[in-house]
Amino acid sequence: MATNETVLLEAVGVPDGHLLRSYESRGGYAPLVRVLAEKQPAEVVEMVKASGLRGRGGAGFPTGLKWTFLPKDHPGPIYLCINADESEPGTFNNRILMEDDPHQVIEGIILSSFATRASTAYLYLRYEYPRAWHRLQGAIDEAYAAGYLGKNIRGSGFSLDIQLHRGAAAYICGEETGLIESLEGKRAWPRIKPPFPAIEGLFRKPTVVNNIETMACVAQIFRRGVEWFRSIGVPADPANPRDPGSYGPKLYCLSGHVERPGCYEAPLGITARELIDRHGGGVWKGRRAKAVIPGGISMGLLTEAELDTPLDFAGPGKVGCLGLGTAAVVVIDETVSIVDFLHNSCRFFAHESCGQCTPCREGTAWSLRMLERIRAGKGRLKDIELLAEIGSTMGMMPGSTICGLADGAAWPIKNAVAKFRGEFEDYIKRTNPGGWMVTDPVPALPIVAAH
Amino acid sequence: MPTVIVDGHEIEIGADERLNCIEAARRAGVEIPHYCWHPGLSVVASCRMCLVETGTRDAATGKITMVPKLVPGCQTPARDGTVIVTDSKLVRDSRARVEEALLIDHPIDCSICDKAGECLLQDYHFQHGQPERRTDLNPFHSRRRDVGPTVTLFVDRCIMCTRCVRFTREVSGTAELMVANRGSKEEIDVFPGFPLDNKLSGNVVDLCPVGALGDKDFLYQQRVWFLKREANVCGGCSAGCSIHTEHNQDTVYRLKPRDNPHVNTWWMCDDGRYGWHHLHAPDRLLAPGRAVSASGEREPAEWHDVVTRLRAELEGSRLAVAISPMLTVEEAWMLCAVARSIDPRAALHLGHVPVRGEDERFPAGFTIRAEKCPNRRGVEAVLRLYEEELRGWDDLVRTVADGGVDAAWVTAGYPGPWIDDAGAAPFDRLRTLVVQDLFDSALGKRATWLLPAAGFAERAGTWVNVAHRAQTFDAAIRPPAGVWPEGRLYWNMLGRRGLYDPHAVRRQIAESSTTLAVLGGEIPPVGVDLRVEQLAGG
Repeated sequence: MATNETVLLEAVGVPDGHLLRSYESRGGYAPLVRVLAEKQPAEVVEMVKASGLRGRGGAGFPTGLKWTFLPKDHPGPIYLCINADESEPGTFNNRILMEDDPHQVIEGIILSSFATRASTAYLYLRYEYPRAWHRLQGAIDEAYAAGYLGKNIRGSGFSLDIQLHRGAAAYICGEETGLIESLEGKRAWPRIKPPFPAIEGLFRKPTVVNNIETMACVAQIFRRGVEWFRSIGVPADPANPRDPGSYGPKLYCLSGHVERPGCYEAPLGITARELIDRHGGGVWKGRRAKAVIPGGISMGLLTEAELDTPLDFAGPGKVGCLGLGTAAVVVIDETVSIVDFLHNSCRFFAHESCGQCTPCREGTAWSLRMLERIRAGKGRLKDIELLAEIGSTMGMMPGSTICGLADGAAWPIKNAVAKFRGEFEDYIKRTNPGGWMVTDPVPALPIVAAH
Repeated sequence: MPTVIVDGHEIEIGADERLNCIEAARRAGVEIPHYCWHPGLSVVASCRMCLVETGTRDAATGKITMVPKLVPGCQTPARDGTVIVTDSKLVRDSRARVEEALLIDHPIDCSICDKAGECLLQDYHFQHGQPERRTDLNPFHSRRRDVGPTVTLFVDRCIMCTRCVRFTREVSGTAELMVANRGSKEEIDVFPGFPLDNKLSGNVVDLCPVGALGDKDFLYQQRVWFLKREANVCGGCSAGCSIHTEHNQDTVYRLKPRDNPHVNTWWMCDDGRYGWHHLHAPDRLLAPGRAVSASGEREPAEWHDVVTRLRAELEGSRLAVAISPMLTVEEAWMLCAVARSIDPRAALHLGHVPVRGEDERFPAGFTIRAEKCPNRRGVEAVLRLYEEELRGWDDLVRTVADGGVDAAWVTAGYPGPWIDDAGAAPFDRLRTLVVQDLFDSALGKRATWLLPAAGFAERAGTWVNVAHRAQTFDAAIRPPAGVWPEGRLYWNMLGRRGLYDPHAVRRQIAESSTTLAVLGGEIPPVGVDLRVEQLAGG
């Protein structure tokens, strides 16, 4: 494997790498002690801003900039929420970090809390990660015992408590305001914005929500320096003033039809083909890739011809995908029907739509119903148009929903229909030779409804 | 003044008003369709029916910059220079799609749905929907489920606006309703063992924009397009909630709250809402009767005879009168005049004031009053014109018991039993007792003259509520055949010509009273605050 050294994943494979002594022996917590002794919170924010770190949770919002949205001199509490509700299909980078190197995450949380002046950090962990739960709780206990958490950390006057919260498992809990609602003990219905969480978030106090991998990156920025971080990745596109660049290492989750699926650390900007061929050992069984999900199912699809797209924050968007997302690359080989892929995707989103906004609640269910019908041999060409319409009108971007779940549901539909239209048409004509041209409304087939 | 541009028309809004785009557009005469938004509830912006295009006009250059996507009108504040576009193709298409989406899981059983005719889903579909149904048709299903003693839920008609859920959380504070399940399988439900059972439960039916929540009291009683509505005031307690009485052919079918920011905002309580059945009770008094024997037998009398015989029989008596707080200000004033014309020293008392429990206050401020009569303040204001000292029912009973008077005229009109045998016993000693009531009672048994009274929807006049707000109203329905509303009797006993005209009486009262002077003018539908008016006038 011709890669640069692994940083975020350095503890992987190290015996007892998740324990405090192992982490300290690798140089962990020393940067934290230095920062607490020498720096002011504002300097920490400036350093993170200077590093160009962008949130690893999916949207890629610059982390340092997010922190500056907090009100200055706020008299009450400020909260930091760590989003570990990692439920985007194909994504497991946070899990590796939490299971194999929880102290790296915790150091990042302490540094970020110091920067944002948060005195309580809530770590929202998805229910399905029992091992991560045990490891994190063990690491938090160790950190308390060693004086890295609690009152007056290492004599700095800064105090921090981390509350580990185990969610009850729903995709929508990973949406930042859905997560906040869930933490408050309510149904995870995303909030309308404004006000943004930085102004009014958890328990109606200013709140920052960051991802686990972002926290690990923060820890590394203070261990290895801003310059080191900026030396990795893709600089900002000078032609696009809104592109802040994609810096730093990134954990790519490679899965699907590859020889060696796994979580790989690579500089931001590696192309999908490079990732699949160099890290993943190529598409399995010597087949060709038909399509590749660039960053979790909600980001859409890359075709085989688009595999040289760099997987940085700007790359996938240039070929019609939603973005880099969680960098969960899923390879779909040539034997898979794209209709089946889309059906699977629609089933996921119809199941996970929180049901608050009409266009998402009904649109995801309708698209699933149509795909079930198409797969049952009752498809019509008109359905392709309807799918495309649902794909282009549902989501935060056209303004028809509160949160981005609908965009995530819409993008696979939009990409699949646009990039694989011929396959859809062939499928429908082949499976429904007598009725593919019909345009009347169809009665639902109770037999088709799977559940 | 801040200027908002709605579909190209500029309108001005108040400098300190906090309006959203729906409210601002309404000022310009443009209705932005919406389901989930309600002025009395928190904003969730989830139905997405009110999506509009917005932008801002630069004050200096006049250049308009539009937001490049649709935004919910309910959530977007209208400020100076806000541009609202409600009729673009983008907006119209979006509304059509929301309508289409809402109908995917809707049974479309309008023909058997109580809401048909006043259903927003229906109305908006005709206004904003698309003619063709493109979605896969669903097999017809319409599940019904009880959620409480007053309300039933038609599960599949629901469009998940969550108004009802928010109402029970924010206004009644009881939080019985919730959303169960997720996505398109969501349903409104209650927790097992915790039904929707609170004093404000009926409001969720009014809030429901579709036929999902049904009022068991009204269910299948009448098609809504047969109903006529009259602006009325609830007589259930001294809060005096503004209501609409909805009726057909002199039968009341339901009461609905009428928006009044000064009194009840958008709500009314269940006591008031279902408190009209006594109007059509079979045991109501329907004709005047004169006692002919000591055993309480009565012979019916003609009203025109009553007018003359009553006066003749009472002439020369020492008279005490109980003016019921169920009467209107006009009726109270005329009764005082009638009494004083019979006996110039007639003792005028406030009638029995029914009180039950304590005031009940809900989290959003809505209050059910313990005083179960609508017009104590109004009757008191009238009595102050005639009497130095305000005397109540207990004083009257004492006077009667002491033999201070030999005739009494008791007006009642309460919707339920109000006096028992012991309470009525002192009246045995009177020579003449006139009782005006809805139902026979222990007192009615002793009456020389038992006259039927009118119910709340059958009266016209003015009531003054606990906060000294005077609201005028017309009769919604005619009283049952044989019943004269009190006002008509007094009007005739005063020898006035023509039909009873509350407005003329009001003008007369206004001339003689500073407290009630404002009644001489036009009273807005929300009523007037007598104290404020008195300060302004004085």
